[in-house]
Amino acid sequence: MKAEATVDIAVFERGSENLWRTCYRKFLHNGLGMFGAAISLAIGLIALVAPLIAPYDPIQVEPDKIFELRSWSHWLGTDELGRDLLSRLIYGARISFFVGLVAVIFKTVIGTTIGLITGYFEGFIDHLLMRCLDVLYAFPRTLLALLILAIVGPSIPALIFVIGLGGIPQFARIVRGAVLSAKQNEYVVAARSLGSTSARILWRYLLPNVLAPILILSSLSLARAITAEASLSFLGLGIDPTLPTWGGMLRAGGPYLRLHPHVAIFPGLLIMLAVLGFNAMGDAVRDILDPRMLSRVRGGRTT
Amino acid sequence: MLAYLMHRLAQLIPVLIGCSLVVFLALQFLPGDAAQAFLGEREFNQEDYQAMREYLGLDEPLYVQYYKYLRNVLQGDFGRSVRTHEQVLSAILERIPASLTLAAASLIVALVIGIPSGILSAVKPYSRLDQGSMIGALLGVSVPNFWLALMLILVFSLYLDWLPASGRGSPPDVKHLVLPAIVLGSAYAATICRLTRSCMLEVLGHDFVRTARAKGLVEFLVINKHALRNALIPVVTEIGISIVGLIEGSTVIEVVFAWPGIARMAFQAAQYRDYPMLQGCVLIVAFLFVLVNLVVDALYYYLDPRIKFAGAANEG
Repeated sequence: MKAEATVDIAVFERGSENLWRTCYRKFLHNGLGMFGAAISLAIGLIALVAPLIAPYDPIQVEPDKIFELRSWSHWLGTDELGRDLLSRLIYGARISFFVGLVAVIFKTVIGTTIGLITGYFEGFIDHLLMRCLDVLYAFPRTLLALLILAIVGPSIPALIFVIGLGGIPQFARIVRGAVLSAKQNEYVVAARSLGSTSARILWRYLLPNVLAPILILSSLSLARAITAEASLSFLGLGIDPTLPTWGGMLRAGGPYLRLHPHVAIFPGLLIMLAVLGFNAMGDAVRDILDPRMLSRVRGGRTT
Repeated sequence: MLAYLMHRLAQLIPVLIGCSLVVFLALQFLPGDAAQAFLGEREFNQEDYQAMREYLGLDEPLYVQYYKYLRNVLQGDFGRSVRTHEQVLSAILERIPASLTLAAASLIVALVIGIPSGILSAVKPYSRLDQGSMIGALLGVSVPNFWLALMLILVFSLYLDWLPASGRGSPPDVKHLVLPAIVLGSAYAATICRLTRSCMLEVLGHDFVRTARAKGLVEFLVINKHALRNALIPVVTEIGISIVGLIEGSTVIEVVFAWPGIARMAFQAAQYRDYPMLQGCVLIVAFLFVLVNLVVDALYYYLDPRIKFAGAANEG
């Protein structure tokens, strides 16, 4: 019995490996997707090696260099406290990227777990969890973030929590739907009759089957999470304003818009470039993995 | 139809109760307690503090507190603002017209740009026009709206001095509405353009479109009369979702343009730790959100009778 089951898994895994390889090859031939991946990778790399490439200390105030325009010593000029804009932008990538990435991981893990459990077990637990998610879904994301941040105070973990929280229902619903249909497959029925535990069925058979929608959603969520972080920092609800974040830099540049627009222009351009990159990559992933989903995933709210 | 609506309404009750419970319980996580928070930054003595505790009923068990909160909310009593001392509900009702005006104007911008460009893209797929509008749509969803707002203010208000940069004007006028509506509408225009394109492409491949063409109908009529109507069903849902999204997603825009709407009021309440006001704003917008979702579902059901209860069953 056991031997048969193992053979079954091997066949299945070989099949899925080929599928992923085909998708990977398709991605390599998708111009917009590669463009997006290149931008995302570049920003990720900049975030990683920020201390090595930033020409100045991003929080060092230099009162005699306030609002300097572009020059050989300060490529993008300086801000209202004489801090080097380029260095702040480079360090800003760290926080934006980190918060965005961890928030997406947070919502993916929690949303997928809830989706798997509710889809597989159904019944009471399904009803209970889905009703809880309905409540969460009913809340307008930005306002819920305002409420939570006003109560617990701004910090990086709080920021990650509020950005991740809003996306959980969407993940859970899509994964639940996928599990509901995947668990009707014969190999799941076979695994169950061979005595596999629920945990094993969920982990080995159902999770690989719902990976495609999870991947699509999380790649599209990254752009949204980075925008959300930038918005909250722009509103002054992010983290300590002395730390460089793209949204926080835009906020600081706002009052000096007329006379020193460069302080607000560059952070915004960089946010747009990052979001564009992640969006292009996410679109390509979606088109390759599931052309039928098209804009359905996009249909959700933007923050 | 009526049975379906009643069914959906019944489903909403636990959601609404859940929302009120979350908003009520959120305050339990305050450092210190609600009485301290409600007294705010002012200096207060032990008597004030005790009086506030009594007024808020903090000495009673949690479930009694929640029962009283729910009872008050159902009677329209959301408490008073800690900062301005006005009734929360009346303050919110005062701001709703401004938010709705902005949402409606943004929606018009989104539809006027989004639907025609989506149709044109779908009619000539993979053409230059299509590629151009798809890149435009990608830019539209990627540009951070608060940055776009600042850039438009920079050009049209500060440099050219054509349009006002903040407020709603007194009395409210259209000029003040232009910039915020364009900024807020542009992102939705991009979403609607993409959705219209994909739905149109799908519909254009159907048999009834081929039949319409085969019987010699002018292409304009085929597109606008036969295909568009069918393609617009998902777009209508998106529009429904957008309306509430436009109200709550406008927080940053209302703040940048100092637009006197409900989202800006919630933001100010968060800034000044005005918890009753913040609770009221969140709860009322959540209620609105749930109701609009219901209307969208009903509309969807009405537009596409094939759906029947399948939609409700899928939602789980």
